[in-house]
Amino acid sequence: MDSPVPLLSVESLGVEFRTRGGTVHALEDVSFTVGKGETVGVVGESGSGKSVLFYAVLGILDAAGRITGGRAVFGGLDLVRASASELEEIRGREAAMIFQNPRVALNPIRKVGHQIEDVLARHTSTPSAELRRRAVEALAAVRIPDPERRYHAYPFELSGGLCQRIMIAIALACSPSLLVADEPTTGLDVTTQAAVMDLIGELARKRNMASVLITHDLGLAAEHCDRIVVMHAGHVVEVAPTAELFARPRHPYTARLIATTPHAVADLRSLAAIPGSLPDLRRGDLPACRFLDRCDRSEAACLQRPLPRVSAGPAHAVACRRPL
Amino acid sequence: MLRLIGKRLLAAIPNVIGIVIVTFVLTRALPGDPAAFYAGPAATQEAVEQIRASLGLDQPLWGQFIDYVGDLARGDLGLSVSTGQQVLDEILRRLPASLELTLLGLLVACAIALPLGILAATRPGSWVDHACRLVTTLGVSLPIFFTGLLLAYVFYYLLGIAPPPVGRLDSMYSPPAHVTGFYLVDSLLAGDPELFFAAGKQMVLPVLTLAIFVLAPLARMTRAAMLGVLSSDFVRTARASGLSAATVLYRYAFRNAMLPVVTTLGMVFSFMLGSSVVIEKVFAWPGIGSFAVDALVQSDYAPVQGFVLVMALLFVTLNLMIDLLYTLIDPRVSIDD
Repeated sequence: MDSPVPLLSVESLGVEFRTRGGTVHALEDVSFTVGKGETVGVVGESGSGKSVLFYAVLGILDAAGRITGGRAVFGGLDLVRASASELEEIRGREAAMIFQNPRVALNPIRKVGHQIEDVLARHTSTPSAELRRRAVEALAAVRIPDPERRYHAYPFELSGGLCQRIMIAIALACSPSLLVADEPTTGLDVTTQAAVMDLIGELARKRNMASVLITHDLGLAAEHCDRIVVMHAGHVVEVAPTAELFARPRHPYTARLIATTPHAVADLRSLAAIPGSLPDLRRGDLPACRFLDRCDRSEAACLQRPLPRVSAGPAHAVACRRPL
Repeated sequence: MLRLIGKRLLAAIPNVIGIVIVTFVLTRALPGDPAAFYAGPAATQEAVEQIRASLGLDQPLWGQFIDYVGDLARGDLGLSVSTGQQVLDEILRRLPASLELTLLGLLVACAIALPLGILAATRPGSWVDHACRLVTTLGVSLPIFFTGLLLAYVFYYLLGIAPPPVGRLDSMYSPPAHVTGFYLVDSLLAGDPELFFAAGKQMVLPVLTLAIFVLAPLARMTRAAMLGVLSSDFVRTARASGLSAATVLYRYAFRNAMLPVVTTLGMVFSFMLGSSVVIEKVFAWPGIGSFAVDALVQSDYAPVQGFVLVMALLFVTLNLMIDLLYTLIDPRVSIDD
C-alpha cells in the first residue's frame, strides 16, 4: 500500500470530540499514505470521519476536537506536533483543501479576486502591484471565462460551478503539492460535477500534484482515483488500488458498499442497501471492529483487540479478522 | 449611492408628514389648558380668553394645524411660551449637548462591547465569555435612571471622585467659543486643554450610564453573530487557506458579523436618544430632552412638538445612515434594493 516516497503518511491517528452528549471517538488508529502526484479516494458513509480526518491532518479541527495520538508526516514534518503557525504556513501553500457547497464556502462580502490575493499575499512574496495580475492568472488557470471581469465579482453573483472553480483557484494559487477535495461536487448540478472533477484531475496531472478526493460516492472515486481508502465509523477498513478493490474487495463493508453503487452492478435491481447504521461513536465500549453489528460474518473472535491489519496483496490491506 | 440616498429621503417624507400630524394631535390631546396656566391662578376669565386668543388657541383645531404647518414650512417652530425663546434656536442650542452625550456613550459602548463580544465568541466557556454574560445581564436588568443615580451616588456622594452632576461644566468655567457646540471639540479647537478636561469630567458619569445601558444588546449581538460566522463554511475555507488568525478573525469573520451588529447599533442609538430625556434630568444636562420635559410639564406646546419633530428627523437620518452602512459592508444589499 505504500508508494515509494509517500508525500503524506498518516499513522495511527486518533481524534475525539468532546460534546455535551459525551466524548465522540471520531477516529481511531487511522493509517494510510498519499504518494507524490497520486490521486487517492477516501470513501465512506456520512459520519465515517473522512472529512474530520483531513481537518485533523491540516489542523483545522473545531475547538471541541482533539487529536489523541498518532502521526501525520507531510514533507518531513509531523503535522500532529507542528505548531499552529507552522500549520498555517503549510495550509494553502503546501497542502490546500476545497469544500462542498462552494457558494457558501467563499466569503460572501469579499470580491473573489481579493480572496485569491489574500492567499497569495499570505504565502508568497508577490509584490502588491503584482497581486492582481497573479490573481487573474489564477482565475484563468481554472478556466474561468473572462477572468478580468470575474475578478471583481462577489460569490453571490456567480454560479455554484464557477464558485467551485474560484475555490480551486484559491487552493491552487500557491501551487501546493497536495489538494484535498472534500465532496467537491456536492451541491453542484450533474454536468457541472463532471466539469469540476475533470478540471481537478487535469490540473493535478499538469502540476504533478497529489490529490485526495473525499466522497461518499464510490463510483466517483472509482472514476478518478488511483487508490481508494475505505472508511467506516472512524476506522480505515480497507486500502487498495481502485481496480483491485472493485475486483476483489476483502472487507465485508467494502463489498457491501460496492453492491450499493450503481456503476458497479449490471442490474439496478441487485442494488442492496447496507443494513444497520453507524454505531454510536459516543459509546465507551465500542467493539474492536466497529462494523461488527452490521456484519454477517462476525464471530466471537471479532471482539478481540487489537483489530488486525491483514495484507491482502502488495498494495492491498484490510482491517478485518475474517476477510472475504 | 446618491440614488439610494435620494430614494431613502423621498421614502422618509410620508413618515415626517405622519409625525407632524401625530405630534400636533397628541399635544392638543394632552390634559391642561395652557392659557389658564400662563394667566396664573389669579387671572380673570377675560384675561385667560385674551391669552388664549393671543396664542391662537381660540381657533378650531384644523385652523391651528394649518397655522402650524405654515410656520413649519417657513422653518419656524414657534415660540416657547414658558421661556419666551424661539423653539428652533433653543433646540439648536441644546441639541449638541444631547448629541455629544449620546455619541460619546455609543462610542464607549462600542469600544467595550465589540471586543468583549469578539473575545467571548472566540473563547466560548472562558472567563471572558462569563464576564460578557454577566455584563449583558446587568446591563439589561438595570433601568437607566437607576444606573445614573447609582453612579452619581457612589462616585460623587460616597467616593467624591466624580464632579457633581450639575450639567456640562462646573460653574467656575465658561463654555468654549461656539463652533460645533460639542464642548470637547470646541475646547480643543480653542486650544484649552483645561477646559477640555473640565468638560470631559462632567461627561464621565452620564456617558458611562448611557454606555452601560446599550452595552448589553451590543455585546450580546456581537457574540452571537461572531459565533455564527466563525462556524460558517467560508471561515473554514479561510482557515484551510492558511490565512493568519487575525485575518480570519477580522477580515473574514468580523466584517460578516458586522451586519447584525450594525442593525443593533441603529436600534440602541434610538433607545439612547429616547432615554436622553431621563439621563439629562438626572445629571442636570441642558439638552433637548430636559427642555422637552420641562415644556411638557408646563403645557408648552411648541417645544414639545419641536422636540418630537427633531427626534423624528434624527431617526430618519439615523436609519438612512444605517442603510448606507449596510451597502458599504454588504455588496448583496444594493441589488436587493
